[in-house]
Amino acid sequence: MANAFWCLVEDDRKGAPKKVMAEVLGEAARLGGGSVEAVWLTDKASDDGIKQLGAWGASKVWVLENAAFAPYMAEVWVPALAELVGKESPKAIFAPVTSKMREFVARLAARLGAGLAADSVGLAMEGDQLVATRPVYAGKLLAKMTWAKTPWMATLRPNVFKPAESDAGKTAQVEKASVTIPAARMKLVERREEVSTGLPELTEAEIVISGGRGMKGPENYVILEAMGKVIGAAVGASRAAVDAGWRPHRFQIGQTGRTISPKLYLGFGVSGAIQHLAGMRTSKVIVAVNKDPEAPIFKIADYGIVADLFEVVPALTDEFKKLLEK
Amino acid sequence: MKIVVAIKQVPDTATQVKISGGDPKAIDTAGITWIVSPYDEFAIEEALRIKEKRGQGEVIVVSLGPDRVKEALRSALAMGCDRAIHLNDPAWANADTLATAQALAAVIKQEQPALVLTGRQAIDDDMGAVGAQLAEVLDWPCASWIMEEAVDADAKTVRIGRQVEGGLEVFDLPLPAVVSAQKGLNEPRYPTLKGIMGAKKKEIKDVKPGDVGLTPGAPQLAVKNLEALPARPPGRVIPGEVKDAVKELVRALREEAKAI
Repeated sequence: MANAFWCLVEDDRKGAPKKVMAEVLGEAARLGGGSVEAVWLTDKASDDGIKQLGAWGASKVWVLENAAFAPYMAEVWVPALAELVGKESPKAIFAPVTSKMREFVARLAARLGAGLAADSVGLAMEGDQLVATRPVYAGKLLAKMTWAKTPWMATLRPNVFKPAESDAGKTAQVEKASVTIPAARMKLVERREEVSTGLPELTEAEIVISGGRGMKGPENYVILEAMGKVIGAAVGASRAAVDAGWRPHRFQIGQTGRTISPKLYLGFGVSGAIQHLAGMRTSKVIVAVNKDPEAPIFKIADYGIVADLFEVVPALTDEFKKLLEK
Repeated sequence: MKIVVAIKQVPDTATQVKISGGDPKAIDTAGITWIVSPYDEFAIEEALRIKEKRGQGEVIVVSLGPDRVKEALRSALAMGCDRAIHLNDPAWANADTLATAQALAAVIKQEQPALVLTGRQAIDDDMGAVGAQLAEVLDWPCASWIMEEAVDADAKTVRIGRQVEGGLEVFDLPLPAVVSAQKGLNEPRYPTLKGIMGAKKKEIKDVKPGDVGLTPGAPQLAVKNLEALPARPPGRVIPGEVKDAVKELVRALREEAKAI
């Protein structure tokens, strides 16, 4: 059996691997005990992209390049990759958590008859066994999971694992794999792009600003977006704000929205309901601003200010500006 | 048109969850309020809307789990599902997502629906895998995180919009297919009093592994143990006037937390 840890590549659909791949490749290397290999299913692999995967530590990049891989369809991707898994028998298959990978890896696991630990926040070797740590029950507990056999399959929550440093001196061997491409039954009708806010994607952002019920209305989110532009943050919302119709659902952070794990989370007028905490409690540093000193979010916040957010936000934006202009 | 909705019963979000004193792999179920997983409610609602729009059809709700799951199935019947199937056997007690998908698929093969709907993930283990795995076992097309759905007049195709990073991708899937519901697909209805009364007379059929030709084996993925969250270091509230407090906050974020 090949002793390879496969890292499935999420890309920007334009030929470049996403930054989160540094985390997946970095973690696979840290675990040790196997060669770190990237596996890229794409309609267009770029040389720069392959170089980048090598620089992040992939010793080999499997390139499965075919026009049929765009747009992503599970029924095309799964049999294609399963064929290569059958030939190569990797020890582990890892991927970052994205909407595509969550579905793809799940369906692939079913085809391979393998176990899948989705949305893992920790991986560790215990003897010769891999153990995954996953938040369960709205993040109230952690579950340690083990597999009955290889391949160990897991998706990794973004921003949790330490990214590999990019080292241009490291290069990967490129292996172009040819696999059978099944015919698709489903058919793309159209892709509707979201209006870009000019701010980072919520699940990928290193800093996330969140506005809750205390924002009082949809018109007030501009002050959070202004702060977001200064510090390069995504702007999300609590369920209360989304259910009130102030923000589209794609901006919701929490159990019935997006799960985020940024380096810095700043909550304004967010009370900290359990279902919101479920989506952000693995954030590294949590800042809460709320008028109500009893708001539950203060219990998990590293720094809190008990004050009117409409006074704090402009003042804080100015302070950030001063700091970053230095 | 026949539709199957696969649901899961989960602890209510607000319920306190503790590790069982006797079994480090399990939670203490005493005092837990159980609900239908919220994403599954979107799936139930969508199935009912398809039936209502077409003026005919049947909606069958299916769930795997112990006796308490009947309560969740009864809620789905009260919302308007026509009948329920309960995969209820100790042999499924440790079922992982794949074993669950195999059990659901076995029932679905018997029922032969045109469409299977489920929630994008259950909010207890948040695995989010059963829908896609079910599609694989059945060898049907699938789409996850759907925000829009429309079955064509001949019930040959379903047009769905799936949420992806940065947009919405609209696909036509030939039926039969499996789709999983994302929040935003619809607003689930509350059961009416008439619905609740009517649900008592609707069928909930118990199914054992042997009834669907299965012998559940050991799961591929198992819980080794559950752990409490590591405690967060104690935080501090920064006192004083807003202008001073924000200065101190920015200083702390830069110098102590190194977060900016």
